[in-house]
Amino acid sequence: KVQEDLNKQLLDNLVSFLSRAHSEFQEKTTEWTCRMKFREIPTAALVLGVNVTDHDLTFRSLSDFLQNNITPYIALLEAKDCPGIKNLMQKLMGQLMNCYVDVDSLEDEDYVYVSQNRIRCSMSSLIKWYESVTKKTDSETPSKKRTSSSTHWQSPPVVVIFKDMESFTTKVLQDFIVISSQHIHELPLVLIFGIATSPMIIHRLLPHSVSSLLCIELFQSLSCKDHLSTIIDKLLLTTQFPFKLGGKVLQVLINIFLYHDFSVQNFIKGFQLCIVEHFYSQPLSVLCCQLVDLQKRINSLSHDQCENIRRLPSFRRYVEEQESGKQIALLTTDNFLKEETQKLLEDLHVYHENYVSVLRCLHVFTSSLPKYPLGKQIRELHCACLENQVWETEEYESSLQLARMLNKSDLVTMLQQCVEILLSSSGKEFDKTVERLKKFLTQFQSLEAEAFQEQDVSVSSQKELQKKTDLYHLQKTLLELKESRRSKKLTKFEMLRFEVVDFIDSLVRKYLVPADHRTLHEILYFNTAAVLRGHLNAAPRTALHTALNNPHWYLKNQALKCDGGSISNKAPDICIVYKLHLECGRLINLVDWLEAFSTVVMAGEEPKADMASSDQMDDIIHARFIRAVSELELLGFIKPSKQKTDHVARLTWGGC
Amino acid sequence: MSRIEGSGGGRRRVLQLKFVPDEEVLKHIADDTGIKVRKDKPQPSINLKRFVKKLENISDDEAQEILEEKNYVATLGICAQDPMGNGTSVSGGEVYSFQTPKRSSKMAELASELAHTPEQSVASDHSKGPEKTAKTPQSSTMFLLLMRVFSLLLQSKKKEFVSTTPYRLRKRLAAPDSYLESESEYSASCSEEEDEEDQQEVSTVLSGQKTPAKTKAASTPPPRNSLAKKNKEKMSNLVEEYFEAHSSSKVLTSDRTLQKLQKRRLSQETLHDLLKKAPLAYAAEIKELNQQHESLFSKWMLQLHLGFNIVLYGLGSKRDLLEKFRMSLLQDSVHLVVNGYFPSITVRSILNSITEEVLDHIGTFRSPLDQLEFITKRFKEDSSLELYVLIHNLDSQMLRGERSQQILAQLSSLPCVYLIASIDHINAPLMWDQAKLSLYNWLWYETTTFSPYVEETSYENSLLVQQSGSLALSSLTHVLRSLTPNARGIFRLLAQYQLEKKDNPSYPGLSFQDFYQQCREAFLVNSDLTLRAQLTEFRDHKLIRTKRGADGVEYLLIPVDNNTLTSFLENQDEDV
Repeated sequence: KVQEDLNKQLLDNLVSFLSRAHSEFQEKTTEWTCRMKFREIPTAALVLGVNVTDHDLTFRSLSDFLQNNITPYIALLEAKDCPGIKNLMQKLMGQLMNCYVDVDSLEDEDYVYVSQNRIRCSMSSLIKWYESVTKKTDSETPSKKRTSSSTHWQSPPVVVIFKDMESFTTKVLQDFIVISSQHIHELPLVLIFGIATSPMIIHRLLPHSVSSLLCIELFQSLSCKDHLSTIIDKLLLTTQFPFKLGGKVLQVLINIFLYHDFSVQNFIKGFQLCIVEHFYSQPLSVLCCQLVDLQKRINSLSHDQCENIRRLPSFRRYVEEQESGKQIALLTTDNFLKEETQKLLEDLHVYHENYVSVLRCLHVFTSSLPKYPLGKQIRELHCACLENQVWETEEYESSLQLARMLNKSDLVTMLQQCVEILLSSSGKEFDKTVERLKKFLTQFQSLEAEAFQEQDVSVSSQKELQKKTDLYHLQKTLLELKESRRSKKLTKFEMLRFEVVDFIDSLVRKYLVPADHRTLHEILYFNTAAVLRGHLNAAPRTALHTALNNPHWYLKNQALKCDGGSISNKAPDICIVYKLHLECGRLINLVDWLEAFSTVVMAGEEPKADMASSDQMDDIIHARFIRAVSELELLGFIKPSKQKTDHVARLTWGGC
Repeated sequence: MSRIEGSGGGRRRVLQLKFVPDEEVLKHIADDTGIKVRKDKPQPSINLKRFVKKLENISDDEAQEILEEKNYVATLGICAQDPMGNGTSVSGGEVYSFQTPKRSSKMAELASELAHTPEQSVASDHSKGPEKTAKTPQSSTMFLLLMRVFSLLLQSKKKEFVSTTPYRLRKRLAAPDSYLESESEYSASCSEEEDEEDQQEVSTVLSGQKTPAKTKAASTPPPRNSLAKKNKEKMSNLVEEYFEAHSSSKVLTSDRTLQKLQKRRLSQETLHDLLKKAPLAYAAEIKELNQQHESLFSKWMLQLHLGFNIVLYGLGSKRDLLEKFRMSLLQDSVHLVVNGYFPSITVRSILNSITEEVLDHIGTFRSPLDQLEFITKRFKEDSSLELYVLIHNLDSQMLRGERSQQILAQLSSLPCVYLIASIDHINAPLMWDQAKLSLYNWLWYETTTFSPYVEETSYENSLLVQQSGSLALSSLTHVLRSLTPNARGIFRLLAQYQLEKKDNPSYPGLSFQDFYQQCREAFLVNSDLTLRAQLTEFRDHKLIRTKRGADGVEYLLIPVDNNTLTSFLENQDEDV
């Protein structure tokens, strides 16, 4: 379907964005590694931060990059593959020889395949292999090789990457380093450690005698927060993608990122999920597309879909604002509705264009204010603007007040930045704004001349101050100065500053209207944060707890309705058994438990008079009890205990 | 004071420990809580952290941090209030916090209470009760307790008494003759504590009634600075109580056992039959729930294809649901169903079935990792290959290990392998660390079904279910059939002797000398040596066990329960 196509396209874009973000800093690091090799430094420590899950991608692109530009011999090692030095060597050899196959595949396949399994994995065999390989590349027709691997050096180094250095056993690492250091002359080895915590870990893992064999260069990758900013920048704050995130949803995603895992990948995953959910659950998401396709899609809308549009709350609001003739037309004629929708959606696109650039301008202003009342990052500002009308918040008030106290040079640079942003944006309405801003700038320039004169005055007054040195006079003059300043009318600079701030304020009020005030925002915005949270950040324990304590939540039966913590005796067996076990301490006597259970259940059942069936009833209750108890055991609330006969131990502490 | 600060602050960074006079701390508490917005959850640790921060003179940065923290809690709050965010408004603290150790009699009490509560009026009476009685003098509490015990006695239809009612009360209540028996059920260790327990009983009732009142107070906005103190008090109390409950090796439960209950243990089949007779409660509602879940099937399918994997959680067996999913959507595609609850399932068997059944590969692998590598390669080579894997109970005993989870995670991360699994254990999410989670790429779905775990629990060795022993019986007959008639006779002799002594619980086994004598009399062996040779063979087949008694004599025992042995002998008779 159309929707899925769009999905795929977006997902692809996402992935490419992520890898681009990664490769930026990789280029930097690889340059360093090159230089490092000239100086013959064998180790690079790559501090990557705690978002372990993202590292995989980084390493993959790093090794690709190295492979393309520096050396064909690269081995990626992970701790879980290498419990001992033997496994490590095996893995290393395997990967290196495979690399070899990749580079010049056809010529000597047999040699490699024989060697791969048979060769005893030792350093000497590795060296032999390396020598043979390099010799071959030297001796054999160089012309063919050179073309393919011109960037490789005469004797390319062997790069070994330890993906997660912290989880390697120290013994293995030490052994490997000691062994390889003895062969460093024959085998140009380069190590790369991936480190999640801090560079100190190297010294903690390796004793001095070993770490002295390494010459370590440290590389710091960008923090995951920066990655997030780039991604938000490129995904959310562009007009390229029609799909948008609502305020709460974005908040949820950012919270998961900041408070749970710092994983950019997970953020992307959440974003993907949003897209899927949106296109799955919102029937009108067909219209969530590029402007180019919009016309076609709107024309192909069916009558039902038009009805769907009419049912949107934001559209209703819009209709109510129109005069009656238009109202009727909108509600009855499909074609007119389509035209109107087209217009409204185009409006929405224009709104986005303007929104983004004005948001950036505002960010320029607020990000340099002391204490950051509206947040340091643009994402915080974005959230605030999405949530509600930003100019009504206290933070906005205070930041405007702070902005009125900015000094001139800051103000001028900010204005220049704003002009640049607005010029680079594709919005058409900004011509006037830019002109206005430029005018402000020239006014500031003209002020400078006057400012010089004022400075002279102040300098002279200061000179006066210097003459009179005794305390009394100093105080007096200071007081006078203060008085005069208070009473003095605003300087021209201050007037201008007010004007600038007011202008910015007017821009904000005009363009940063929260999205859910716009008509038809439902088509482009995904806003059900609860669903997202349920799928990404689920709470299985809470669900169990609710089901056991309050079965009525799930089973809508009047008999189960109860208030507070109590539970009716008609509840499902497992709920009753659970409730009873909460009253016990560490150990539970099964007999007592059974008895209590049957008391409850008997009371719940209608009293049956005939005694003949009571024995059978007893058995059934017994069986039900057994089932409920073994279910609790499966859920992990109890386990059999050998401390006392016929007792079970309780595994949880808690509950009310 | 200083002790608590240390424990509270250690979480985020190393903090200075200072000895601070109590008044000062109180002062800090007072103005601290005055300034800051309190969280609605009583979270002592965070409170304490704040105190310590205050002591250190908060810098701007930290203020920012607190602000963010507040933000987070606020957004959490928002989501909890969402109409969609179903029952999750239960705060974490409420779900599994510490708990006051309760005497077992509470269970009986609750049972009687529950038995009473179908009428709403009684229930409300009870809920009001605590607040009143907490203030009333002790005598009236005693009275209440007596009332409860009475009602309990009236309620329980059997002659037996809930043994945990305090000894003395029972004595007072009891009609003398009918109790002699039930009293004898008490062991000496229990009766020693009666005195003490009697008192504790009253106090636990009191404290048990206080605690709900306290928690109620915590949830409503209270007078501010007093609450902080109370919280702290409460926490230290809880800690002490926890250790109190776990330090004493003595367990305050009654000594009754199931054997004395005069109720045979049910075998697996009878259990099944009985449960079939019992009607499933709320079938209509459960069906409705299931239909809700079933409406999600197509969505699951879409999401599986987009690279997510799906995990189902919530109370109730999810087996039927997954089965239905399989039947309705996966009929035409290659899929693998893994019954995780099966006690002998291993990762290797899962991988084997993939390589052998799905990929048609014959041959073995040295390690699961090799096998995984092979599977990965095959799936990468052939992009048309698709495999759905359904795992019931991913958190079962056999699969929850770190290595197996790692392998399964890697398997599930393959783009053409779609995994849909269910978990049940409350601590199941602890199996996965960040790396595994990102490999799994889970989407969580709450599917509470309330349907009984029939299959899942049938393999468990529950205390209450009698082990059928059919397996042991068949193995016995098989081994015996391959032996000489003489050997069969020897074994028979031993079995008969053991059955004769079955009423003697301290039966050590038949001594070798006696056994030899008997065998000789039955013309089964002619020398000590032949018997020994025979016994060695038995032992090799694990038919008998020998152990040395205190006097150095060798005793022989058949390690099979009496019922199996009886039926074995009967079978033998039939054969002959």
